[in-house]
Amino acid sequence: MDYVLSLILIVITAIFVNNVVLAQFLGICPFLGVSKKVDTASGMGMAVTAVLVVATIVTYLLQVYVLNVFGLEYLQTIAFILVIAALVQMIEIILKKTMPALYQALGVFLPLITTNCCILGVAILVIQKDYDLLEGVIYALSTGLGFLLAMVLFAGLREQLDLVDVPKSFRGVPIALVTASLLAMAFMGFSGVDGGLKILFGL
Amino acid sequence: MLVVLTVIAIVAAGVLASVNAVTAPQIEKINADNLAAGIKAVMGSDDIQVSEPVETDAFTSYSIKDKEGNPLGKAVVTTENGFGGPLKVLVGFDIEGDILGYTVLEHQETPGLGAKAGEWFQDKIIGMNPGKNNFTVSKDGGEVDAITASTITSRAFLRAIQNAYDKIIAGQDVASGATKQATASDMGTPEVIE
Amino acid sequence: MNNLKVLVNGIIKENPTFVLLLGMCPTLGTTSSAINGMSMGLATMCVLILSNFIIALIKKLIPDAVRIPSYIVVIASLVTVLQMVIKAYAPDIDKSLGLFIPLIVVNCIILGRAESFAAKNGAIASIFDGIGIGLGFTIALTCLGAVRELLGTGAIFGVTLWGENYGMLMFVLAPGAFLALAYLIVLFNKYIKKA
Repeated sequence: MDYVLSLILIVITAIFVNNVVLAQFLGICPFLGVSKKVDTASGMGMAVTAVLVVATIVTYLLQVYVLNVFGLEYLQTIAFILVIAALVQMIEIILKKTMPALYQALGVFLPLITTNCCILGVAILVIQKDYDLLEGVIYALSTGLGFLLAMVLFAGLREQLDLVDVPKSFRGVPIALVTASLLAMAFMGFSGVDGGLKILFGL
Repeated sequence: MLVVLTVIAIVAAGVLASVNAVTAPQIEKINADNLAAGIKAVMGSDDIQVSEPVETDAFTSYSIKDKEGNPLGKAVVTTENGFGGPLKVLVGFDIEGDILGYTVLEHQETPGLGAKAGEWFQDKIIGMNPGKNNFTVSKDGGEVDAITASTITSRAFLRAIQNAYDKIIAGQDVASGATKQATASDMGTPEVIE
Repeated sequence: MNNLKVLVNGIIKENPTFVLLLGMCPTLGTTSSAINGMSMGLATMCVLILSNFIIALIKKLIPDAVRIPSYIVVIASLVTVLQMVIKAYAPDIDKSLGLFIPLIVVNCIILGRAESFAAKNGAIASIFDGIGIGLGFTIALTCLGAVRELLGTGAIFGVTLWGENYGMLMFVLAPGAFLALAYLIVLFNKYIKKA
């Protein structure tokens, strides 16, 4: 029971309290780059979520059954990034062959994901936090959902911004950053929720 | 082309292995030195003998004796979730359970605010005893002034030390290692360690 | 292009942070104080100079099809070496930068410069490009860190300027990072890029 509650806590913490973009600053490039439209933003969010989950499973197994066994922990960064790069390519090929409709929707985002630091970041964090495989997967999934949530909210705000008269120097990225700042401030309202839940759950 | 990639990968792995061979002992040495220096600092003495670490739940404790072998107390590594992430504190207790000193080993607190925990509590909690004093921030009715604008960090910090006291020090006669009756504190009855 | 021009180009015209808007994760994530921002900038600069240099040297040996994976291996090895050296000789920096050191691998500035500069230019010019872009990044991160530290805690490089009790929490936390960067970009575009 405690285990289930701790999983719930991981989900809530990763989505709201420690939101990957707005609190941890991972995955800022796609957050600023592909957030002009809600459609593309949600596509990117889903693609990242999918890759995050698969990549976390593979890198976790790699760490536990290869790197740790042979004492090669120092190869972590290089091994993880190569695995992620290969994995993204493979997902792209498989999607193209088996699910052309989904490929149409997510395909364009996949090459961008290799250099999305939230994938490598989460893969390393799962190892650092000493999660087991299930916890790691849940953590990766909820981090992805947190990313999706931030992307969609932010894109919604940016769509509205197009209709507003913004001072010339602020047009483009600066006003987007100011918007992101306000969104981050809103998410700060969740800080402390994890501690409260921990007590409530008796963990 | 596969040959080229393989060659690059092998060269890279070779370079990393050799750098690792050079830096790994240095990293271990730094960690060991930091711990040794930290223990000396929190026990307030340079002439000490440190026991092998003892793991109890999430705590690592070291029994400390002076040069002649008289017990001085214990140094405990304790971790609690702070504002930004885990807050890891090394705290020294004398045989009465009074705090001799502390040092923050790892933290991810806000710079300029929670990160001040390293100095802030030095003149506030040393000499206190978590079993006798009300070891909470003044906002919660306790005897310790919290760091300005960093109540969450302060609470986590005090809880880390309180937990270390409850688990490792209270109910245990540090001198002989035998169990003695736990003193009830105003924080609730500390657990007796058999 | 002479080397000095390449260098200045990296600091002003193609400033990675204020103009190209690359490497935003470490820019926002490590600038809660001036010294952290500067350490991150310098760490990235080391990797950038070396990766530019090595890639410019070996680019003729690498077939086009495996170009990107080879670059990634080179960059990841350099980052790992740097990570080990920092852990061994500057543990305080390791503590304050944490996760963002291995994440230098996926900093788009480094792969970006490898692709757009080092793959087309000589080794020496590539070094200068690395220094220029690296300095541009370091300066930007130090500025951002200094602004956030000053507004947030009233200190700069750890030296308190106006009283212990001053504190504008927001600037040290996440929202302040976005806000301070937004205003710095506006100021940069208005006054420096034009000149």
